[in-house]
Amino acid sequence: MTLWTTVLLASGLAFATKFLGYVVPHQVLDGVVVSRVAAMLPVALLSALVAVQTFTAARDGLTLDARAAGLAFAVTALLLRAPFLVVVILAAATAATLRALGWG
Amino acid sequence: MAAGLNIWQTIALSALLFSGASQFAVVGIVAAGGAGGAAVATSTLLGMRNGLYGLQMSRLLGVRGLRRVPAAQLTIDESTAVAIAQPERSAQRLGFWRTGLSVYVLWNLTTIVGAVVGNALGDPKRFGLDAAAPAAFCALLWPRLKSGDARAVAAVAAVIALVVAPHAPAGIPVLVAALAAIVAGLLPPRATSDPTDLPETSR
Repeated sequence: MTLWTTVLLASGLAFATKFLGYVVPHQVLDGVVVSRVAAMLPVALLSALVAVQTFTAARDGLTLDARAAGLAFAVTALLLRAPFLVVVILAAATAATLRALGWG
Repeated sequence: MAAGLNIWQTIALSALLFSGASQFAVVGIVAAGGAGGAAVATSTLLGMRNGLYGLQMSRLLGVRGLRRVPAAQLTIDESTAVAIAQPERSAQRLGFWRTGLSVYVLWNLTTIVGAVVGNALGDPKRFGLDAAAPAAFCALLWPRLKSGDARAVAAVAAVIALVVAPHAPAGIPVLVAALAAIVAGLLPPRATSDPTDLPETSR
């Protein structure tokens, strides 16, 4: 699949999912199980993405590097109720600083 | 920000897909060398919640015909959360459109600036941009972790992803971890958890 195909397919399916909510009969998606799975899906996927993007590298399997320190600072910032951009910039700055010092 | 995707692809993704977590997932999985199919599947699963938001919003907005197209495109965490927080119908509708449109404009302007600046920076690792992505996912996850069920699902999903990761191509571990959500949804709910809870706006 080319990158443009990936971009357009992901976008098309995202819109179709949103639009479906406006056109299907209400009772179709109203079940308790459906809404519980839909509420838990982003939790599972986001958590898995955090884990994979922090602790794995292309060829090395599991790794511990500057990204883990970045994540630790991000979590600390979230505990202190920092806004989204501050959390992200703090994590990047932490990793960049450690790498500039020769670690990770 | 967009290793893998070029500037135009990044901007198109932001304008057309318009759901932060799904966009980051596509960018992240493509950058890690994952297959396009895995990126599309993860993005779509992450976007399933928008379909349920659409279901709630269609009742609340009362839109018909072609107006459902912009309404659907603007149906995201933020616009839905603001709309359902209003006490009256007129304020709900105003809140949805105003929040949806302003987030759409700001989010896409930010993407354009980010794509251009990120492209000019060169090696993303030097600036810690590979640590920015998991931090962004973590910030999107944070407001969803209020219930014990959600924290358990998050922990199990992270463990599954890390166990699978060394043995599977990029993008697959995250999809396997989605099983945690499906199993949790099929189990009987605990009294305290409310599956229709919306997270606070978070970007």
